[in-house]
Amino acid sequence: MQYVDEFRDPELITKASEEIRRLADPRRHYRIMEVCGGHTHAIYRFGLKDILPSNIDLIHGPGCPVCVLPMGRIDDGLAIAKDPNTIFAAFGDMMRVPGAHGSPLEHKARGTDVRIVYSPADALELARKFPEKEVIFFAIGFETTAPSTALTLMSAKAEGIHNFSVFCNHVTIVPAIRAILDSPDMRLDGFIGPGHVSTVIGCRPYEWIARNEGKPVVTSGFEPLDLLQSIIMLLRQLQAGEAKVENQYKRVVPWEGNRAALKAMAEVFELRPYFEWRGLGFISQSALRIREKYVAWDAEQRYSVPETRVTDPKSAQCGEVLKGVLKPAQCKLFGKECTPEHPIGALMVSSEGSCAAYYNYEYRKSLVTRISSVA
Amino acid sequence: MRSILQLRVPQIAGDEDQLRGLKIETTAASSPSVVRFRDPQIEMAHGAGGKASRRLVEGLFAPLLYPASRKPLSDAAHLEVGGARIAFTTDSFVVKPLHFPGGSIGELAVNGTMNDLAVSGAKGIAMTVTFVLEEGLPTADLEAEVRAMSGALKRAGVVMAGGDTKVVERGKADGMYITTAGIGTPLPGVKVDARSVRPGDKILLSGPIGDHGITILLARGELDFEADLYSDTRSVLPLVEALAAECGPGIHWMRDPTRGGVATALNELARDSGLGIELLEEEIPMHDAVRGACELLGLDPLHIANEGQFLAVVSPEYAAIALNSLQQTAGGEEARIVGQVRVEPANAVLVITRYGGSRIVDMLVGDPLPRIC
Repeated sequence: MQYVDEFRDPELITKASEEIRRLADPRRHYRIMEVCGGHTHAIYRFGLKDILPSNIDLIHGPGCPVCVLPMGRIDDGLAIAKDPNTIFAAFGDMMRVPGAHGSPLEHKARGTDVRIVYSPADALELARKFPEKEVIFFAIGFETTAPSTALTLMSAKAEGIHNFSVFCNHVTIVPAIRAILDSPDMRLDGFIGPGHVSTVIGCRPYEWIARNEGKPVVTSGFEPLDLLQSIIMLLRQLQAGEAKVENQYKRVVPWEGNRAALKAMAEVFELRPYFEWRGLGFISQSALRIREKYVAWDAEQRYSVPETRVTDPKSAQCGEVLKGVLKPAQCKLFGKECTPEHPIGALMVSSEGSCAAYYNYEYRKSLVTRISSVA
Repeated sequence: MRSILQLRVPQIAGDEDQLRGLKIETTAASSPSVVRFRDPQIEMAHGAGGKASRRLVEGLFAPLLYPASRKPLSDAAHLEVGGARIAFTTDSFVVKPLHFPGGSIGELAVNGTMNDLAVSGAKGIAMTVTFVLEEGLPTADLEAEVRAMSGALKRAGVVMAGGDTKVVERGKADGMYITTAGIGTPLPGVKVDARSVRPGDKILLSGPIGDHGITILLARGELDFEADLYSDTRSVLPLVEALAAECGPGIHWMRDPTRGGVATALNELARDSGLGIELLEEEIPMHDAVRGACELLGLDPLHIANEGQFLAVVSPEYAAIALNSLQQTAGGEEARIVGQVRVEPANAVLVITRYGGSRIVDMLVGDPLPRIC
């Protein structure tokens, strides 16, 4: 398969892993954060940890939009969708995410009209198809998905579709990285930068990390070879005592980002003064809200939102895991009260959360005493 | 629900006359862990074939409906009736859309039922059918499905022994639902049971995975892409018979990985046998279109539903001959040995990636849901 197989070539992967072993100083311990949930997923899915030296520790960052969404926002969205005249539309990722009063799928079983959509444009299409219904699109995601929400709102306005609104939960990645770097117990050596987000914002917004914090950043793709090459690029910088932003994902990510996408976002969204992140608390200017000129399509303005606040149980140590202070399995709830089927903490919620990825792909591997291929 | 438990009914008070001559196979009791069904309401996940389905069956159905059964979940029950051994199964079909590339609900109803018998080690001889039809369904659509069933029955050499029809109000049945029951006779020399599986046994897969699930996903027209894919719905009996003829006593377990896919079927095997399953990712046959769709949607092909494929676990001395017999039979050309049974990781499925990394693959949780990025 083109653009995939060449980045999964076993021979090249072996070479890359040998290069990593050659570059990694055995006297040193490397702590590298992969910011994006997609990276976390890929690292586990391809079993990349098994082919890295043990002194390279990959820390899973805050880049899973489902994980970092506060529970109360889900409750709020579902509360306004309770009206029988309403269709609640959301991405597949959201469907099993629990609010305090159940997940969208549980609300569907109780009678709420919940639909899975593959894009915000599909939600707008529902509004065209069912003009007698009110369609609420529950928008989540970083800069990766925000432009398509923006373009959809622009279409709704242009076409005068008034039975459509967006419950906006879009967040931005840079303030989250800053919050992690500001944490006193944080000890990171470098970042594998978020590939999908960078297709929109480019690489420039990370330059302060290299300049002010002295940490290298390499924007990376999602295939095994992408990730290994990004680790090589980071190790080379670290060995040379450098800190700069590099773009490994050049085939997709333009350094300056995608102007058209950024323009659409600027047209429709503005920064919220603050927003709550699950596991990280309130972070200023870290999320988007819909501008006044699109107020007619802003679900938060159109409906009476209960503004529910639900705190995670104190025993869930999501913040510590997010910052790499604890490994997923070191959390008190991991694999006991908190599992992918019944997630309690943020990071167990989506398959891209570090706890869920660890649970799905690594947990129980500790029981393996011998791994060898089929004879 | 795809299958019923291996049924064991030691005593049924009040129905003795009816049941005279019916001797149910007795098996050694194992001690499965107690599952409780505490979910407050039924959700789609309870019918998706994964963890929630299993919880429902083991936590609610089994304790009340088959309290004496100690056997693991299986595709069909093997019973002794008046001295004759029969295999018995039931199934329901609720697919949307009714027609899809490569098949339709009617064909699926016959093949799926016969395949449940085949992978339990039996050749189907007769079946019954119940149609639940929705008010307003065009007669032409119904006739097309009945014709599809008729064709599948002829190909399978199976008799339709009876049927029933119900009509429900418009909006209540997606056009039509079909429920079937099937009986068959055991294939001589074949006895499949998860508890016969031993470390070192090899795992065979009859052909490429994911074709049916991805075809249905695309046929719903909710995604803006197309692929040259067809459902793999077919009878697997010729392949099972070829396998049985060459290595009957070497076959320890078989399963058609329908809802929940290969991952769920093998996790059930791991759990029922108490052993570990090691899969070699690069050996798993898969069409590029399935791989591409799964990459795009963030789905694991091991969780995607199949219809016309089956998994078989055979003892190592039979592995080469089993593979050869499948590959020499029409429709089995792409069969592969995809892994083996190990002592560890106990109760789990481990996938070895192409570069020697490894990961655990769990049962499907709920329905497969696409990721956003």
